[in-house]
Amino acid sequence: MTRYSIATLVRNAFLDHENWPRVWRSAEPKAAYDVVIVGAGGHGLATAYYLAKEHGITNVAVLEKGWLGGGNTGRNTTIIRSNYLFDESAALYDHAVKLWERLSQELNYNVMYSPRGVMMLAHTIHDVQVFKRHVHANRLAGVDNEWLTPQQAKAFCPPLNIGAGMRYPVLGAALQRRGGTARHDAVAWGYARGADARGVDIIENCEVIGIRRDAAGAVAGLETTRGPVRARKVGVVAAGHTSVLMHMAGVRLPLESYPLQALVSEPVKPVFPCVVMSNTIHAYISQSDRGELVIGAGTDAYISYSQRGGLHIAQHTLDAICELFPQFRRLRMLRNWGGIVDVTPDRSPILARTPVPGLYVNCGWGTGGFKATPGSGQLFAWTIVKDEPHPINAPFTIERFRDGVLIDEAAAAAVAH
Amino acid sequence: MLLIPCPYCGPRPELEFRYAGEAHIARAEDPSLLDDEAWTAYLYVRSNPKGPHSERWQHVHGCGRFFNAVRDTTSDAFAATYRIGTPKPDLPKPDGKTEAS
Repeated sequence: MTRYSIATLVRNAFLDHENWPRVWRSAEPKAAYDVVIVGAGGHGLATAYYLAKEHGITNVAVLEKGWLGGGNTGRNTTIIRSNYLFDESAALYDHAVKLWERLSQELNYNVMYSPRGVMMLAHTIHDVQVFKRHVHANRLAGVDNEWLTPQQAKAFCPPLNIGAGMRYPVLGAALQRRGGTARHDAVAWGYARGADARGVDIIENCEVIGIRRDAAGAVAGLETTRGPVRARKVGVVAAGHTSVLMHMAGVRLPLESYPLQALVSEPVKPVFPCVVMSNTIHAYISQSDRGELVIGAGTDAYISYSQRGGLHIAQHTLDAICELFPQFRRLRMLRNWGGIVDVTPDRSPILARTPVPGLYVNCGWGTGGFKATPGSGQLFAWTIVKDEPHPINAPFTIERFRDGVLIDEAAAAAVAH
Repeated sequence: MLLIPCPYCGPRPELEFRYAGEAHIARAEDPSLLDDEAWTAYLYVRSNPKGPHSERWQHVHGCGRFFNAVRDTTSDAFAATYRIGTPKPDLPKPDGKTEAS
């Protein structure tokens, strides 16, 4: 692996950038691996990276039915934060934020992590009470979060409309300053490069069509569109298609898959300094380094694998954006798209063993998995290697639904759904 | 936006409806007789198929009534809608590949 530095950058600049080596190999599937990861998105690639780096397991394949980072990793609005209500969630997401802070150095790849602050707006008395509760809970859990008055919110984000004439006036905001954004593609590419350099095979255009099990019921391997692959340990990290894959092993999960939409505007000069979220009127907005406003909309009401959502869902979000930021009313939207997100009943992920020995699942991140990418990969690698969860992901089992120990971020409304 | 054929009112835009989850999940006559796994399955576990899906809708801004529908989750096309209490219609089987396609 060529180490990137100012010296390699200068040298390649003089060579017209024509001699950069390929960042990862295009591997052919081998007959057998120690561990196979299904899904080459950010979480899957991070899992492979940490398997190789922290556990020395390099006979690993990452199988991807499409192209690397082409699912939700390339479709999300890149928001990073950890201001969740419950201790279990705060620990899980803050673990990831701590990894984000050093990720570019760790990977020697610029993931453009930008802790520009995530501000969540309160529009009702209920919002004010809930967010203040979040602020206190987060501070007790060691996670930064602070309460802002409407004037302070406007000072932090000058485009914000805090006028009294709004249908849903801004009554205040909760601000996590360590929150922000990162370059989503770079995260996938950086992890792919790091994993590949340690010997991991990344195999694109290779769809899993069956999970083989031995006489004892344990995982024996996978059937794929590029032939069978033997493995005693398989980690499924397939987001919206998790139910489809787990069905191949006879495992039914508490998951439903919904289309979630996002859209971007035409590019404009830097106008928007932070990330703003509103759960009540449902809007997420930030500005990319290219100048596009990146806007997150909601999920459709019904389960679907269609990777597109209803137009009225996006319109609903744009209504909210136009009221919060009236100067954006004349902006044109360039693109919109959908991704399929797997949602659990309590809106917390599952990062755990399954009833099938050797089969592990990392799913249920719902509408907000990107922020957890580094932590999710590191904890899932641990879980696969040790055959037991790390203490941070120990609460995020499948059995929590049976045992009644939900981590109910849905009711806590840390995020709009 | 979907155009949903309400079995009572005919085709209407999706905004008139409320989705109500997977259909044909019957509550046990006596839940106290279920073990934890069965109760969990009833409460939380869903089939979430990629392909035909039986689901409930309520025509909340129309006749107000619930009905069932079979919709293909890959195309969002409705194959059939039918009244609550009637059995799932016998639709032509897809090629059997829908789960993995």
